[in-house]
Amino acid sequence: MTAIVEGIIKAFQLIFSIDPELYRITGLSLYVSGLAVVMASLWSIPMATVLGLKNFRGKRFIRGSFNAFIGFPTVVLGLVLYLLFSRSGPLGLFGLLYTPLLISIGQAILITPILVSFIISAIEAIDMDIRDLARTLGSTEIQASLSILREASGGVILAILAGFNRAFAELGVAMMVGGNIYNQTRMLTTTIALETSRGKIPLSIALGVILVSIVYILNISISYLRKR
Amino acid sequence: MRKYYGIILVAIVVFGVGLAAWTLNAPQEKVSLTVSTTTSLDETGLLDVIETEFEELYPNIDVAFISQGTGLAIQTAKDGNADMILVHDATREAAFLEEGYGVNRKILAYNFFVIVGPEDDPANIKGLSPTDALLTIKEAGETGNAIWVSRGDSSGTHAMEKRLWTAGGEDTTELRETDWYLERGSGMTATLAMANEKLAYTLCDMGSYLNNYVSGNIELLIMVEAGQETLNVYSAIACDPQNESLSHVHFDEAMKFIDFLVSDDVQNILADFGVDEFGQALFNPAVEVLAENTDPTIASWIKDAAFIDGTECPEDKRYEAGDLTFLTALSSLNAMIVQLLK
Repeated sequence: MTAIVEGIIKAFQLIFSIDPELYRITGLSLYVSGLAVVMASLWSIPMATVLGLKNFRGKRFIRGSFNAFIGFPTVVLGLVLYLLFSRSGPLGLFGLLYTPLLISIGQAILITPILVSFIISAIEAIDMDIRDLARTLGSTEIQASLSILREASGGVILAILAGFNRAFAELGVAMMVGGNIYNQTRMLTTTIALETSRGKIPLSIALGVILVSIVYILNISISYLRKR
Repeated sequence: MRKYYGIILVAIVVFGVGLAAWTLNAPQEKVSLTVSTTTSLDETGLLDVIETEFEELYPNIDVAFISQGTGLAIQTAKDGNADMILVHDATREAAFLEEGYGVNRKILAYNFFVIVGPEDDPANIKGLSPTDALLTIKEAGETGNAIWVSRGDSSGTHAMEKRLWTAGGEDTTELRETDWYLERGSGMTATLAMANEKLAYTLCDMGSYLNNYVSGNIELLIMVEAGQETLNVYSAIACDPQNESLSHVHFDEAMKFIDFLVSDDVQNILADFGVDEFGQALFNPAVEVLAENTDPTIASWIKDAAFIDGTECPEDKRYEAGDLTFLTALSSLNAMIVQLLK
């Protein structure tokens, strides 16, 4: 118990002491997960729009697969990426192993099922009439899709937010393909794992408090901004 | 409502199968002995062999290993979550005893740390002493010709690495700000994997090296061989039941296990473990070497590196040790004289 109290006190000390290392690892976590969300959105939103609006054979199967992969284990994904990008692996020539970019790519893959599934649900939740209206009003298919997406924007934002939360809080990919190198790929979650293994429990809790606070504040402020 | 029946059924089945599998395999009416230990011992599979033998001897004791870096292994014991520790960092072991958490420290085994690196040896360190090798790697690193990967996780191996850098007059908190010194912050196998990927150098205990090299995980080769500076000594310490916050520990079982570890049986297992697979033992038994001075050089190295105030275990840190005896520098001096007289 004392470790938890100590940790919470330490969290505040850390935040206000302007410790450069803390800001660096927090910054890297935000950057890596932010980039992951941008990448995942680039391919997930179009994919989800098509899946949400079109009917074709095998759609159920594809949707079901995306749903199933929402809970994909991060260590498994980390392991697969590690093997692909390691020096002896098929993508080793890119030299991406142990770089922040590869963590972002991994997280983007990880959160794609979340984004796709949530956005499909958001699109399908819109009234059939509105969908048809958008189709008749829009001169091209793309314009129609855009206006439907605008209609479903609440759900899309929620999907992106859920994706960010998952990416920001995950450990498996960051640890396995990032390598937790000081000053290069050390992030909030990997630091928590490391400090725990070093036996520095209060520091781990402090970092945990910071991690949870960022997620909480971000989510609350976005839902507040949306209501306005 | 009907459509949820299926979901509920699946949930119940998954839960039920899990619970059944767990209870069927969970040990029943056994005293569990929790041993907090280092990854280097556990990753080689040695502890599994010892556990099987021990549980055959004492069927009502169930041994569980928590394998962590030495830093956390000691913290786990301090928090009251283990009954004894098996670690390799004399300085922190002394502190653990001194702070009133442990009693009856016994030296069990030793091996050596080696510096491993890529085959073409870009920094040209082959054959140098450990400290010289590190300084040469630093020079090569600064011109972009070598990379050093550090464990960086406060493990026993990390402590040894820091001692070697300090002996060379370097400060690792400054080194880690450079490009060529990568602070990995992970276990030995993960650190070796990174060194292998980056064609870098790293410090590694012999057991973990052979384990990873023979299984094909890494292609790194040994650049700096075993020597006094890189001696690695493993000890067992029982948690002190006299400490109020540790009064719940299974002290008797822990002592049985320590007695077992120093017995000829286990010391022979140590001498054999890995010989078939790796061509040499991963860990060397230390009990006989110390008690009977069978290898005076090694014995004196162990004494220099791992004795606390001239003994395996300071007198005020011995408690209900039974038949267990603790060596002092003096008693091993006697052994040495006996050996000479022979």
